[in-house]
Amino acid sequence: MLEKIFYGDKKYWSWVIFLLILIGIGSIAYITQLKKGLMVTGMGRDVSWGFYIAQFTYFVGVAASAVMVVIPLYLHNYKKFEQIVTFAEFMAVASVIICICFILVDLGQPQRLFNMILHPTPNSILFYDMIVLNGYLLLNILISWNNLHADYRRVPHPKWTKVLAYISIPWAVSIHTVTAFLYQGLPGRHYWLSAILAARFLSSAFCSGPAILVLLLLILKKVTKFDPGKEAIHTLAKIITYAMCINVFLFLTEVFTSFYSNIPGHKATFIYLFKGLHGHGNLVGWMWVMVACAIACLIILIPSKFRNNPELLVVGLILLIVATWIDKGLGLVVGGFIPNPFEKVVEYCPTGYELLISMMVYSIGLLILTLLWKIGVGVKRELGIIPK
Amino acid sequence: MDNKRRKILKIAAATAAVSFTGLPIETFASYLPKIGKYVRSDKEKKAKQWGMVIDTRKFKTKEDFERVIKACHSIHNVPEDIPNKKQEIKWIWEEEFSHAFPDQENPFLAERYEHKDVIVLCNHCQHPPCVRVCPTKATFKREDGIVMMDFHRCIGCRYCMAACPYGSRSFNFRDPAPFVKHKNPKFPTRMRGVVEKCLFCYERLEEGKLPACVEASNGAIIFGDIFDPNSEISKVLRENYTIVRKPELGTGPCVFYII
Repeated sequence: MLEKIFYGDKKYWSWVIFLLILIGIGSIAYITQLKKGLMVTGMGRDVSWGFYIAQFTYFVGVAASAVMVVIPLYLHNYKKFEQIVTFAEFMAVASVIICICFILVDLGQPQRLFNMILHPTPNSILFYDMIVLNGYLLLNILISWNNLHADYRRVPHPKWTKVLAYISIPWAVSIHTVTAFLYQGLPGRHYWLSAILAARFLSSAFCSGPAILVLLLLILKKVTKFDPGKEAIHTLAKIITYAMCINVFLFLTEVFTSFYSNIPGHKATFIYLFKGLHGHGNLVGWMWVMVACAIACLIILIPSKFRNNPELLVVGLILLIVATWIDKGLGLVVGGFIPNPFEKVVEYCPTGYELLISMMVYSIGLLILTLLWKIGVGVKRELGIIPK
Repeated sequence: MDNKRRKILKIAAATAAVSFTGLPIETFASYLPKIGKYVRSDKEKKAKQWGMVIDTRKFKTKEDFERVIKACHSIHNVPEDIPNKKQEIKWIWEEEFSHAFPDQENPFLAERYEHKDVIVLCNHCQHPPCVRVCPTKATFKREDGIVMMDFHRCIGCRYCMAACPYGSRSFNFRDPAPFVKHKNPKFPTRMRGVVEKCLFCYERLEEGKLPACVEASNGAIIFGDIFDPNSEISKVLRENYTIVRKPELGTGPCVFYII
């Protein structure tokens, strides 16, 4: 089955080589970072986590979202998702690898990483994050690979992968809950110290992840003629819409609590993000773009007439991804550090090195996704699901 | 064939014998595993929970602050004047009252308090959030209450920096060596990629000395066991109105302030 990655047309190979070049460029930046230390980043003693950890957080969500395909299929026997479930699980695999890579590039002493296993510390949430992320990676590899292999050999799926699929449902919830717990259990970081952070993470994951999946499936349809099915896309779009509504609702409840209670610490980050604080407002523009995108995507996604229009759906999903990415991949982590423990504003801006290294990690994820999907497409083509 | 091998062995043995003679026996002994045991010095100061009272009234001039800060930085290999201010290393430093105690904010606070400088450092909390989050036990709480750092175990994830509500932790974003002005070979140096902070001069306590800042403060900082009712610090705490930074967070800071 693995051999399928070696048989592709010119387009496929140019795409793979293009990704390899990006990885190569990024790894030069990473080697520099390894040599010089994290001084090449824009982080500092006040904003001590930046772009890397923010991207990590966003992609934990994307990984968890595979469950939005798994639940309807396995719990509700929604057969329309049968053909796309492998692609969703492969996307989860690539996303978890992106997450792990972002953690790795963020470490000051990556060669000491295994101290986490040599000296396991169950009072640290990072310990659990390590377990759930790696467990989720393993689960998805086992399920997707074995099911696809059964298809490849034209035998029914083994029963044990079904058991693992059931386990993967609460496990997907756990990865994003634990990731939220990394933040929401810290005293003195008001923007994070909120019981609904985990719920917010899950809701934003369950809209942004499937949105990325739908866009990728539509690209796949163009490139390989694999048809995910009109109804499958419509159902996913519906799930995305509900999740986005909940996400916006939860965000607004945070705004209400902060401003109605009038507690300065709770308001400070919101003011910094949306208006600027003490004359600093690097993220103000971004946050209002987020608001605009969130409103626009809901206008497109809520009425079924707009949502079921293929072109409008794509626009709506792109807007949704932009909105959720600014919220979680930019504002949440950086905003949590502003103002700092001294109520001062020290801003953060990623450097070119950080962006190049992030590009490397994204490209690694995309390359893994490309290879896995290539295998999936190859098998489905053999089975006649995709016209030759 | 056999002859040849014997010859080679002979030459090898002779070479070894020649090269090894003249080497002291310790050279060979250094290759043996050492099983040592840490012996506590009788001079070591002991406590259930070390704590500190900072009498801010006694810090009057710029010199009072600088003397205390210098006493610490000069013996702990703390890098100074790192070009990027955002990536500075701080163990003990001065901060305006309104920033050190943001929860005491009050628009009508007398100016002499609002802009008054106070000394800040790691609070060596009774329930330290940094220790709670560390995934490798590189930071841990000792029996005597000191929140300790193992610079060689730290993986540099900076979770402790996110957890510390006092901004007491610094990360070595770059190699600190070029910026260490007073090198002290007796105290561990750090490399890039690890977190560091004030360690309450554990190495001086071992020798029966008081922390460097306390010694340099001319009585403005009182140090001792806060759980020993007979200690000087307990007496000071009983007799004065003291405050701690952000008590509402439940961290139990052990650095107290007389304003």
